[in-house]
Amino acid sequence: MRYLPHSDHERADMLSVIGVKTTADLFARVPKSALLTESVDLPGHSPEFLVEAHMQALAGRNHAAGDGPFFIGAGAYRHHVPASVDHLIQRSEWLTAYTPYQPEVSQGTLQMLFEFQTQVASLTGMDVANASMYDGSTATAEAVLMARRLTRRNRIVLSGGLHPHYRDVVRTYVGDGPDLVCLKASPEGQGDILNRIDAETAAIVVQTPDFYGHLRNLRAAADAAHAAGALLIVVVTEVVSLGLIEAPGALGADIVVCEGQSLGNALNYGGPYVGLMATRKEFIRQMPGRLCGETVDADGQRGFVLTLSTREQHIRREKATSNICTNAGLCALAFSIHLSLLGEAGLRKLARLNHANAVGLAQALSGVPGIRLLNRSFFNEMTIDVGQPAAPVIERLAARGILAGVPVSRLEPGDGHVGSLIVLAATELTTKADIAALTEALEEALQ
Amino acid sequence: MSMNTQGRPTGTGTTGFAAAGSSLLPSEPLLFEIGDTEHSGVDLPDVEIGGDYLAGCERQSPIDLAGLTEPEALRHYVRLSRLNYSIDSGMYPLGSCTMKHNPRLNEKTARLPGFADIHPLAPVSTVQGALALMDELAHWLMTLTNTAAVALTPKAGAHGEMCGMMAIRAAQDAAGEGHRKVVLVPESAHGTNPATAAALGYAVRSIPARDDGTVDVEAVKAALGPDVAAIMLTNPNTCGLFEPEVIEIAAAVHAAGAFFYCDGANFNAIMGVVRPGDLGIDAMHINLHKTFSTPHGGGGPGAGPVVLSAALAPFAPVPFVRKGELVEHAEGTHLGRITAFHGQMGMYVRALTYMMSHGGDGLAQAAKDAVLNANYVRARLGQVFSVPFPGQPVMHEALFDDSFLAGTGVSTLDFAKAMIDEGFHPMTMYFPLVVHGAMLIEPTESESKQTLDTFCDTMLGLAHDAKAGNAARFTAAPTRAPRRRLDETRAARSPVLKWERPAELPQAAE
Repeated sequence: MRYLPHSDHERADMLSVIGVKTTADLFARVPKSALLTESVDLPGHSPEFLVEAHMQALAGRNHAAGDGPFFIGAGAYRHHVPASVDHLIQRSEWLTAYTPYQPEVSQGTLQMLFEFQTQVASLTGMDVANASMYDGSTATAEAVLMARRLTRRNRIVLSGGLHPHYRDVVRTYVGDGPDLVCLKASPEGQGDILNRIDAETAAIVVQTPDFYGHLRNLRAAADAAHAAGALLIVVVTEVVSLGLIEAPGALGADIVVCEGQSLGNALNYGGPYVGLMATRKEFIRQMPGRLCGETVDADGQRGFVLTLSTREQHIRREKATSNICTNAGLCALAFSIHLSLLGEAGLRKLARLNHANAVGLAQALSGVPGIRLLNRSFFNEMTIDVGQPAAPVIERLAARGILAGVPVSRLEPGDGHVGSLIVLAATELTTKADIAALTEALEEALQ
Repeated sequence: MSMNTQGRPTGTGTTGFAAAGSSLLPSEPLLFEIGDTEHSGVDLPDVEIGGDYLAGCERQSPIDLAGLTEPEALRHYVRLSRLNYSIDSGMYPLGSCTMKHNPRLNEKTARLPGFADIHPLAPVSTVQGALALMDELAHWLMTLTNTAAVALTPKAGAHGEMCGMMAIRAAQDAAGEGHRKVVLVPESAHGTNPATAAALGYAVRSIPARDDGTVDVEAVKAALGPDVAAIMLTNPNTCGLFEPEVIEIAAAVHAAGAFFYCDGANFNAIMGVVRPGDLGIDAMHINLHKTFSTPHGGGGPGAGPVVLSAALAPFAPVPFVRKGELVEHAEGTHLGRITAFHGQMGMYVRALTYMMSHGGDGLAQAAKDAVLNANYVRARLGQVFSVPFPGQPVMHEALFDDSFLAGTGVSTLDFAKAMIDEGFHPMTMYFPLVVHGAMLIEPTESESKQTLDTFCDTMLGLAHDAKAGNAARFTAAPTRAPRRRLDETRAARSPVLKWERPAELPQAAE
């Protein structure tokens, strides 16, 4: 077995040092009835080339995004990741390091996290950010719990433009009931969330660009929430938008959570991704997740440590702010490297390029008979009404090698009003030829 | 200058090569002190935008993000990386963390475009290979644990705990048993266990450990009652011991109408040797980043699938694969989503690659070697280090306490920091809480006898040094790392959590 260093001879030597005869003696405390007497019913060990072939065969049964025209977004976006990002994150010292609990031998990871926190704070326009969360959806649920702790109120109002999966995760975390108000899906960008805030409301949750692509008026949401003593939680699932769209922090957001996958991270069929969470300085001690802070060492040299761990489960146990005991370190590293390579200049250009391609897509779609574009505003994503059940249309296009977007009915199966809607995205990777292929195929499919 | 048992110099002032800024141990400025807002490492065109769709939302506030060209970025991140210890560079004897070798085939397969470049909401007809992979992984996990179902989506061990405990809550609510509001947690448990129970609204009732470090079935019985929802028990436990009465505990828990949540953090000790389902567990998370070698990555991403008994299977969260179909919406008793999309697919690929490489036979051998290694370390160190629970073999990790250091002026923390100067990452310290000054060592199956001998020689040498009155080298340690001990109190008292631009350093410095 290529991963196990011992020879049988060495095993025997070690057993004699321990003072037992066989390995079985080491399992003496295990109840006899629980010890397997024969091998588990699974295949035996396998050489590298056979395992690789098996995985290639499985992978070969999937249609990769790069195999043809591709317009799926809805919370996960296909962007170009510079070659150096993946090279760097595969360095042993990044890939195979443990959580930086021993700061003297973990300054690489810690400094990176400090830089990451700074980048996330800048990007979102907030005072502070943590060292990352599992993903955007769980970060949203944690933000909701955080808002409850901060306000000592319970009611949460979720915008109808919030990603349906994110809404579902919040529902699972906090449970259905009068304290969780999930507004109806709002594909036209409509919604009356401002009228749903009351004196019991802990927070309203607003996504922008929203699930359907619309840009939401955060200033009005912040003012209304604050007037009632509630908090505004802003969700961003496409962080590249922050290179062109105003930062939530500049518009009054109290907690900002993002899905950071767009930078540095592949689609990976949904994970691993990286959740971002940023907030106001005064809320730090109720923020979940790891935080990295600057300090000095015994020689006075600048260094970094995990800090404020008195919020966390390994110190506080049942009194912790959350049960979270990890972040998304390697994905945060990929995010941070990609953002360092972009810099402000590159991010602004990337965001404009995404938006310009989306404008091209929107205009092309508007010209297809039978299609209605629902957006007056968008960043790189939009919703169309195809006037007939959307899911079969998507399937017909997929059969032609075009991944044309997400039928909203897949995420909102119970909502009869969304059956004919498709959410589509363009990124810097979308070409004019892709758009032409899409519109041509849609014209045929909708006849 | 003092010398250690290997004849190498130790102590302050003897280690010029470790000084900040030397070529092999760089002192690296912050990204923001190198780059500025004009530099960029990507080439992108300037484009015209053919219409106004921004509804007045255009960014007016500064972004203030430093950029680096590619050569600058490579150097920055390579230099930073060299300040990290890693499993590829040395042994990580971290108890409870299972820092084993991370095979590179896993990285290669996870990067196949058919896995890495597929969208979670792509039409199901276009991702049949992904569903097949999830099905295969589920089969391996259920077979190794002898359980009825598995929820793949939890994104970390603690997330898996939450998932499993939610399933238990849902099952009890469905049975009209929603009044059960107490969860039993042994004192030796990971902090996530009580934190998870509390996050779900349960009161935590602590179960004391016996003198031999294990849980007494009678203590469990005494704590059980009509208000108890579940026990959260780690097995093998955090003292590195297999709970000898686990089957009786499971029976007692079930007889009282409660469920048995098993913390599977230590599954590495028993995979292929014992099936937790045979012990009577109802739910157990499996840390793919521990047992199945997906990389720790400096603190995630993890993955924590939860296997479930037949009683809890109907309460698994969506999504899951059933007979080749992807079930995305909760029906019947199933829980809703605990994450967007389908969980940590990239980790599923790596874990399955690892399992197939080992096979059922290799996994069992890995478990046995992990146990062999832990017992070997304990046998070699046990003459000098104090063993809190002697007279029984350990599983995958060896626990020591600090009584052997009594009177030396050296604490567990000092000892751990001195290990850094000897080229080893410290072991887990002060956990579990049930012994004083705990030192928890988990070598894993990945370490050769040669490495273990070097490690043991080093540890014995340090113990000898401590007992010989050479406390100063411990209290000063580390002196040969990129940093000396860091002031954690200062970091917490006045938190500096991001870089602030100094007044004299204007934006776009050039």
